[in-house]
Amino acid sequence: MARDKDIVLEVKNLYKLYGVNRNAAMELLKKGAGRSEVLKQTGVTAAVNNVSFEVERGKIFVLIGLSGSGKSTVVRCINMLQNPTAGSILFEGQDVRKLKKKELLDFRRHKVSMVFQNYGLMSHRDVLGNVAYGLEVRGVPREEREARAHEIIDMVGLSGWEKKNPSELSGGMRQRVGIARALANDPDVLLMDEPFSALDPLVRRDMQFELLTIQRKMNKTILFITHDIDEAFKLGDRIGIMRDGQLIQVGTAEEMTSNPADEYVRDFIDSADRSRVFCAKNVMETPSSLIRVSDGATKALSAMRRSGVSSSYVIDEKMVLVGILTLEDAMKAKAENTPIAQYIIQDIERVAPDALLADIMPQAARTRFPLAVVDSEGHLEGIISKAAVLSSLT
Amino acid sequence: MPNWIASFPDTIKINIATPIDNFVEYINVNWRPFFDGIKTGLLGLLNGVYAVVEFIPWWLLIAIVFALTWLLMKKPLRAVLYAVLMLLIGILGLWSYMQLTLSIVIAAVLMAIIIGFPIGVLVSTSNHANALVRPILDTMQTMPSFVYLIPAVMLLGIGNVPAIIATTIYAIPPVIRMTNHGIRHVDKEVVEAAQSFGSTRWQTLVKVQIPQAMPTIMAGLNQTIMMALSMVVTCSLIGARGLGHEVVIGINRLEIGRGFTAGLCVVILAVIIDRLTQGIYKTEAGDDHGKG
Repeated sequence: MARDKDIVLEVKNLYKLYGVNRNAAMELLKKGAGRSEVLKQTGVTAAVNNVSFEVERGKIFVLIGLSGSGKSTVVRCINMLQNPTAGSILFEGQDVRKLKKKELLDFRRHKVSMVFQNYGLMSHRDVLGNVAYGLEVRGVPREEREARAHEIIDMVGLSGWEKKNPSELSGGMRQRVGIARALANDPDVLLMDEPFSALDPLVRRDMQFELLTIQRKMNKTILFITHDIDEAFKLGDRIGIMRDGQLIQVGTAEEMTSNPADEYVRDFIDSADRSRVFCAKNVMETPSSLIRVSDGATKALSAMRRSGVSSSYVIDEKMVLVGILTLEDAMKAKAENTPIAQYIIQDIERVAPDALLADIMPQAARTRFPLAVVDSEGHLEGIISKAAVLSSLT
Repeated sequence: MPNWIASFPDTIKINIATPIDNFVEYINVNWRPFFDGIKTGLLGLLNGVYAVVEFIPWWLLIAIVFALTWLLMKKPLRAVLYAVLMLLIGILGLWSYMQLTLSIVIAAVLMAIIIGFPIGVLVSTSNHANALVRPILDTMQTMPSFVYLIPAVMLLGIGNVPAIIATTIYAIPPVIRMTNHGIRHVDKEVVEAAQSFGSTRWQTLVKVQIPQAMPTIMAGLNQTIMMALSMVVTCSLIGARGLGHEVVIGINRLEIGRGFTAGLCVVILAVIIDRLTQGIYKTEAGDDHGKG
C-alpha cells in the first residue's frame, strides 16, 4: 500500500551548512554530533541537518518549527534559492541539484512557485503586473499573460483591483496577490514560506480556508511552512516537525497527537487547540446499554437498571438509531402496558464520526443526553458524553 | 641633539609630484588624438544641450518651473515663489549666463549618469568590484575640488569642455554610490521572488532590482546635480563661462555687487533644481511606503 503513493517531491538526507570548515562539520554531524557541539568545534552552523521526507501529489505537507529551526532553509533548497551542502532533492525522480543553469530556470518557471511571508511583491508594478510576472519572464506574450492573470486574480477574489499598487492593499489582499502570482504559472508544487504569519488571526483563518478551497479545486501539491501548530493541523495532510535543523517526526495530525516522538513534540502539540485535531470518533464510547425498538418496556427497564443509566439509545434491527428512551418514559409505558415506540424521543443531537470536537461543542452544550455518533446511513457508532468532550481537551 | 629629531629628516624624501607631471605630460603628448576626440564629443554634447536650453523662451522656462513645482509638490504658493525667483534672474540681467551655466551642469550630469550608472550597477552585482571602487570613491569625495581642475586643463586646455570633465569627475560619486546602495538594499524577498519565478540575472536586474532601487538612485542623482552646481564657480577658474565667471570677475575686480548678484543667481538655480528633483524621487518613494 505504501508503494503505490504518487510522490512528487522527495528530499533525501539534506544538509545545509554555513561556515568555512564545512567538511569537518559534515564528519561530526554524520557521527551524530549535535548542532551546538558542531558550532563550537568547527564554527559551522548546521541550518539543515539530515532532513528527509516525501511529498505526495495533490497533498499538503506542512513543515513546522520555531524560528531558526531550518524550515525556511529547507524550502529554499527545493527551488535552489539556497544551494544545499549535501543530499538530494528529487522532483519526479530528477535531482534538482544536478540541473544545469538553463534547466533550473525552466524548473522554476514551470514546476515550482513560491509564496513569501512578507509577500515579496514588487512595488513598482500594479497587481496585474505582479501576477503576470512569472509568465512575463517565461516569455508569454502580453495579451495572453494578462488574460491568464485576470483569470487568477478573479479566482482569488481580487477582481477590480488589477490596476492598484500593492501598497494600497491590506495584508490579506497582498498575500492573495502573492498566491495568485504563484498560481498563474500553473506550477506542480507550491512552496509557501509562512504565508499567513504576518496576517492578523481573523484574516488568517479566512486565508487558510481559501487556500484549502483553491487546493481542492486545482489539486496542487503544497509544501507549507509555519510555526503555528493549529495552522499545521488544519492544513496539513502530513506534518513534519523540525527542531535545530532536524526533522524529528513526520505523520498525520492524529498520529502525532496520539503518539508524539518525544517531549519536544508533545510540548509543541500541547500548545495546539486539541478540539481542532480530535474528532468525534476519537472520543466516543460504546453505549453501556442499548434497546431495540421491538423490545418491551420491561426488557428496556431491566437493561437500564443493569447498567445504571437513566436513559438509553434505541436502535432498530439494522443498528440504525431511532431515538432515546428515558427511564421515566419506560416506566410509564410499563404502567400503561403499551409498546415503547411512542415514548421514544426522536429529536436528538446526532454528529458524524469525523466531526471536529470544536464544531460539536455547541451541540454538546445544548443537549440533555450524550451526543449520538452516527455514520452517513444512520447507524449508531457510539456516544459522547459532555464530560468526554471537555476532558479530551485538557 | 641631532637635527633629525627636531625636524623631519631631509634624506627621507620621495617625490611623487614629478612622476605625476611626467605621466600627465606623457599622455598629453602621446594620447593627443584621444583627448581631441573627447573634446569634440563633449563640445558637441554641450552645444546640443545649449541649443535646447537657448531654444526655450524665458517665459516658457518660467512656466515649466511653475507647472512642475505645482505638479510635484502640490504647493501653488511655492510654484509662484519659484517663478518669481526665475524672473528675478532675468531682471538682474543674468538670464543668458544662467542658460550657459545650466547647459554646462546638464551636460556634466548627463555624463555622470552615462558613466556612473553602469558602474553603480556593476559594483552592486560584484563584491570584488565594490571593494575596488569604494576606496576610489572615498578618495574622490575627500579630494579638494580644485585638484580636478589641473589634469582637466593639462589634457584639454581651458574653456567649457574641461569644466564639464572636472564637474563630471567631481559629481560622479553619488550616482555610483546610490545606485550600488539602492540595488543592494532591495527587499531580499522581492529579489528571491523574482528568482523563484525563473528570472535570469539580467531579468532580475532590469525588471526588479533597478526599478525597485529607483527612489535611491534618484536621491543620488539629486546629490550629483547639487555637486555639479557647486562646481560652477570653481570651474570658471579654468575658463568656464556663465554665472561662475561673473563671480570670478567680481572677485578679481573687487566688484562686490557684481559677484554677489551672480552668486545669488547660482543659489536660486540650485534651490529650484534641488527641490524639483527631490520632488520627483519623493513622489516615487511615497508610492512605496506611504500608504502601507
